[in-house]
Order: sequence, then structure tokens, then C-alpha cells
Amino acid sequence: MATDILMPALSPTMTEGTLARWLKKEGDTISSGDVLAEIETDKATMEVEAVEEGILGRILVTEGQQNVAVNTPIAVLISEGETLSEERTQPTAARTPTAPNATDVTPVAPPKATVLAVSEPEKEWGETAEITVREALNQAMAAELRRDPDVFLLGEEVAQYQGAYKISQGLLAEFGEKRVIDMPITEHGFTGMAVGAALTGLKPIVEFMTMNFSMQAIDHIINSAAKTLYMSGGQMGCPIVFRGPNGAAARVGAQHSQCYGSWYAHVPGLKVIAPWSAADAKGLLRAAIRDPNPVIFLENEILYGRKFACPTDEEFVLPIGKAKIERAGSDVTIVAFSIMVGTALEAAEILAEQGIQAEVINLRTLRPLDTATVVESVKKTSRLVTVEEGWPFAGIGAEVAMQVIEHAFDWLDAPPARVTGVDVPMPFAANLEKLALPQASHIVDAVLGQV
Amino acid sequence: MQAGKNNALQTGGNGPSLTREQFTQAYHDMLLIRRFEEKAGQLYGMGLIGGFCHLYIGQEAVVIGIQMALKEGDKLITSYRDHGQMLAAGMTARGVMAELTGRSTGYSHGKGGSMHMFSREKNFYGGHGIVGAQVALGIGLAFANKYRETDEVSIAYFGDGAANQGQVYESFNLAALHKLPCIFVIENNLYGMGTSVERASASHELWRNGEPWGIPGKRVDGMDIAAVHDAALEAVAHCRAGKGPYLLEMMTYRYRGHSMSDPAKYRKREEVDTIRKTRDPIDHVRTILLDAGVTEESLRTIEADVKAVVNDSAEFAQTSPEPDPAELYTDVLLEA
Repeated sequence: MATDILMPALSPTMTEGTLARWLKKEGDTISSGDVLAEIETDKATMEVEAVEEGILGRILVTEGQQNVAVNTPIAVLISEGETLSEERTQPTAARTPTAPNATDVTPVAPPKATVLAVSEPEKEWGETAEITVREALNQAMAAELRRDPDVFLLGEEVAQYQGAYKISQGLLAEFGEKRVIDMPITEHGFTGMAVGAALTGLKPIVEFMTMNFSMQAIDHIINSAAKTLYMSGGQMGCPIVFRGPNGAAARVGAQHSQCYGSWYAHVPGLKVIAPWSAADAKGLLRAAIRDPNPVIFLENEILYGRKFACPTDEEFVLPIGKAKIERAGSDVTIVAFSIMVGTALEAAEILAEQGIQAEVINLRTLRPLDTATVVESVKKTSRLVTVEEGWPFAGIGAEVAMQVIEHAFDWLDAPPARVTGVDVPMPFAANLEKLALPQASHIVDAVLGQV
Repeated sequence: MQAGKNNALQTGGNGPSLTREQFTQAYHDMLLIRRFEEKAGQLYGMGLIGGFCHLYIGQEAVVIGIQMALKEGDKLITSYRDHGQMLAAGMTARGVMAELTGRSTGYSHGKGGSMHMFSREKNFYGGHGIVGAQVALGIGLAFANKYRETDEVSIAYFGDGAANQGQVYESFNLAALHKLPCIFVIENNLYGMGTSVERASASHELWRNGEPWGIPGKRVDGMDIAAVHDAALEAVAHCRAGKGPYLLEMMTYRYRGHSMSDPAKYRKREEVDTIRKTRDPIDHVRTILLDAGVTEESLRTIEADVKAVVNDSAEFAQTSPEPDPAELYTDVLLEA
């Protein structure tokens, strides 16, 4: 049976080319892989290889012809003993490509499921005890390591040293070196290893000594962990937690003082959590470890030693994606996360003395963002101030404000205001560092600018 | 390390370790990859496959020789030049071709493409587009084997171009430190895109790159399936015995460009032709089979079968629907 050999496209953008040279002539026997001709585009010269066997029955496009459209028959391949009818002497027009045409795609609306769903009230967990955030994180990991043999912890100094910040204190003794594993200082490699293990269904907790070092491994967090479920058409989930202290500690300079909230929250396929209290830390870390998706868990070094009331219930766990109203108020909504929740509450106290009732929302999860809770609050207060340690440009505050503008524009009495870290690398000097970070007074000023 | 000198390389074993039946199977499996890739190249030329498309033509003996040394449960991971690995792993030509053309019947429902396909069923963990990333992920697959206390091994394939990525050395260290059952397979096809090994690597003996960590290595004639198979058996035995990782440098050659849009001006046509004529891994097996008394006719039957499977996959790929537009939003997160 005669087969047309078509002018090939050598790149997705090529539409036509020049047939520079024939390397076979009519009557030649062709094997698969033989170079038949050379074609030229404005970018390159390339060879046309045969993909079928047969005899070159007729050349339809002669050497030197320019502007030959992709998919134009340039020759006809015949089988041995076959003859070709006389009319096959001219190239017919380029065949209509059977490839799907991306211009006639009908758009579909994104699923609306949770965008503004009214959330259920938080479960009452009863009795509480005062514990530090450090203890809360430790208890959360211990509880999940006991609960599920597929959970393991790895990172630098997590085992014998008991954790650079003592978050993993005692875990090696209880769970052994199979499940609490010291890693060399090679974040890129061990993060890739952990993601690979997670793709098989194991549930690693990767501790970064600080989230700053996660930048060494960010390719695996985003390209390998966050995208694989999608790229595999839903076959391969990646149940993994990446955790560690995030943002500014105290006087550790520019390379150890960055907030990654907005970086990771930008990425579909990740969940991003930023707890403030001990209860947030314990309840959300347990949820993160149980979650079948990659979760970024942004802790704060300064909060590690702070005490908060935390439910003592053995089953205590919090839902991911649910913000908490830490203080109710009617005049302004202040949205914060991580250590800035405390600063926002401090500002709310000062404002209360001036007769302004601020509602303080602790986001707890940055992605998926609890837009409903924020929007409902702004519908009540008509004013929004966002607070974060990170930089202003494309920060979490920018996203929160835009969500409010999209969903509650008519309720706003003033433009939303952002209180953020100053747009500079973190300085070392004590006075400069303080100036670079949001203080309660900055929040008070931002609110007073609105009322 | 010129391509033409491949035949002077040390080989894995002392002569063919494969039976006539195994050679016959290998002939079929290698030819399937060859014909599949030629068809993929054709569909690409017709505009039916978009984007990147990295063909495996010339390297077939590597994956087939290794695959024949593995057992059920062993895990595989590779780079973006992944079509051969997938067919070797037993993934269907239909599913792979349909993914290449971005159709709903593809392994990733059209959401992955040439470089991103996976099969939980066949223990194939991708298809990764970031050079070297699959090596760190690969030791993670081996870590899981060890954690679960199985004797399964993991194969992490990468090219000579990836061999000097930093994370590859981090992975060597971690695998050796924790005695992970991982076989690192460097498919040295002499060029990382357009840059020859000599121009990219101060080490010209990539099989020795694991030496600082005590990882045994071997350079193998990757155009000789028996040599590949012998070396793979040795590496697999080492890993299954709990002795830690192993490194195989497979000397091979890709006939086509780095990707479809590569004019391949960094090497001479004669170099490609010489390898094709003198070192072709499929011709090599064909000759062995004919010498062993297998008839031309029975080989032609295999060739016809392969052609039918490949043509069927192309037809299936072209007639399958594109993914439903609603697929755009699915598979981002799993329900907690």
C-alpha cells in the first residue's frame, strides 16, 4: 500500500520549511531510520528519517522548494512490486492536521466547593493544660509516630542531638533510629529522598533546621512533591510534611530571617500552615501528618518557648483550612498569622483603650485560605488590616486584601491596609532589626488611619 | 571516549548469559521500543505530539537488559527520556502514546505528557523533567524498600548530563550511608544535549564517580544486551543482599537528537551512521538469533506483531478524546 511521506514539523512552532536536499532517489529501497532528506527552517537544518520500510516510489517535492507547509506530502513510499498511478506527481495541499485545536476550547468554571463555605463552629475539646509550643509540636509528632508505623522523622540533628531546637526531644529513645533519622547537611538530597519515599505511600516528616534551608530543596518541594499528583493524573499522591522555624528569630541576620508564607502559599498542590499557639501547633501538626498531601508547616523560633492553653484530649486535632477568631470586635478586622497574631492582639488591647474594638483573626492555614471567615468579619467591621512579618510585595496581606475586595468590596469603608516587614533584607543591628519588623504600634497606626 | 570505541569497553560478563528464548523476548521488547519511538517521531512531525519529545532510539538494550534482571515489586524512576523505560516496565503502548498526544486515555489523562508518566501498578515512578531530580527521588524509593523490610531494589536511571548534578552526589552519600538498595544507572549516550561528556565532565570514568562513598561501579557495553543483563544481575544481587547501592555506567548512544527540535550539529552524521551500522543493539540480537538457527520468518512474525501493536497505539492515541475540560481542576490535592 502506498504511504505518503509528509513534511514534518521539527518543533511545535514550525509551520513551513525548505526542502534542501534529497538523500534518496526514486526507486531506492528504504529502511526504517534511513535519512531521506534534509529540510531547513530559519532556525536549523534537520534530517527527515524514514519511519516505514519500502521503496521510494515518487518524489513529490523537489530539492530547493521553499515554503513547504508542514504535513504536505513530499514523497510516496510503495511496497515491492507495487506501481503508482500517474496522477501522484504533484504534492497535494497540506493535510488538515488531526491534532486538537486549542483555540476552540470551552472554558469551564473552577469548582466552587469551598470558596466561601460557611464553616462549622470549632469542636469543644474540654480540659486544657499550659504547655509550650515546643512541647505541643513534640507531642504531636510522638502521637502520630505511635499511631501510624508509616510515619517517620528525618532531618539534621533530629535524633541523637534531640533536635537543634529540641522539638524532637525523646523521640529517638521511644521510636528508634529506623524512624527518627539524622541526616547529613544535604537538604536537596534528603528532601528528594523523603519525597521519593512518600510517593510510595510512606509518610515522612522532614525537619528543616530552619525554613531558610528549604530553599536548597525547593525544587523537590514544588516540582517533585506538589506537582506529581497532577502530572500522574491522580495516581501518585505525596503524603509528606516539611516543617521548621520560619521568619525572623532574633539577631540572626538576613539569610536566617525570612518568611516563606507567600512563597509556598503560591503553589497549587501544597497546603501551608502557620500556627501561633500551642493548640494550633499540636492540632494542626497532627492534621498535617495525617493529610495525604504535601504540607508546609511554618513554625516560629521565638514562639517555641511560649506557653499556651492546649487541650489535653488524646484525640485533639484541628482542621486544616480553618481560621480562628482570637478576639471578637466590631470596628476593624485585623488578620494575622504565626507570631504576628500575638502582636495583633497586643495592638487590639491598645485600641480598646481608645474605644476601638478590633476583631483579630488568626489565619492558622495560609493555603487553603479561610476566605469565608475573613470576609464575614469584614462584612461586620467594614475595615481590614493585614499583618505579616514577610515582605509586602505579593505577600499574604496582598492576597487577603484582594479576596476581601473581590468578595466584600461594597462593605468596605476604607481601603485595606497592610502592615508588613520592611522591604529590605533583614538587618543585624538590634535597632534596625526592630524597625524592620511589624510592631503593635504600626498596627495601631494602620487602624487609626482607617477609622 | 569516542562512540566508535564502544566495542573496546569492558563488558559485564563472560559471554551471553541469556537463553535463546530470552534473546527472542529481548528482540521483541527492544524492537517495540524502536518502532514505538519512530512512530512517536512521526506523530510529532505531523503536529500530533506537542512540546518536548525525547526519543530513546539506540539505547534499547539498556532498559531491556536491566528489566530482565528484575522481579515484581522492584521500582523504577528515570528522566524525561522515559518512553523506553515505560514500555520495558510493561506499561501499554496505547497508554503511553495516548499520553504523548495529550488524550484522556493516556497514563496521566493527558495532564503529564511525554516527560511525566507514572504507573503505580508497574512500579514506575516517572518521568521527571528536572535533570538529576529522579536520582534523589530514586534513593527515596530504595529507602521505602528498606523501611518496609523487603528485598526489592530501585533503579534510578540518569544520563551523563545529569551525572554531575550536586544532588546526585548527595544521593550517592545518603544511599551508601544508609545502605539503600538502589542501582544507579548512568545511561552515557556521550552527549548531555549538545555537550559531549569530555566537555562537561572532568571525570571521564563516570562508573567510578561513587568511589569516594565506596559504591562499587562498572562500565558496561550498553549496546550489548547480554553484557547489560550480566551486569544488572550482579548489581541486583548486591543490592538484594543488603550491601547498599551499585553504580552501572551503560555506554550507549542515541541516534536522534536530544529532543525532536535538536538539529544535532554537535556531532557528525558519520558518527551516527557508524554506530548504527556496527553497534546497533537490535541488529546485534537479530544476528545472534539467526546464528542460533532462528528463522528469518519467525523474526518477521515478531516484527509484524510489533508493528501492529505500534500502529494500534497510534490509532488509539489519535482517536481518543482529549481530557474533559473539568479535568483541569482535578488531581491537585487528595481529599483529606
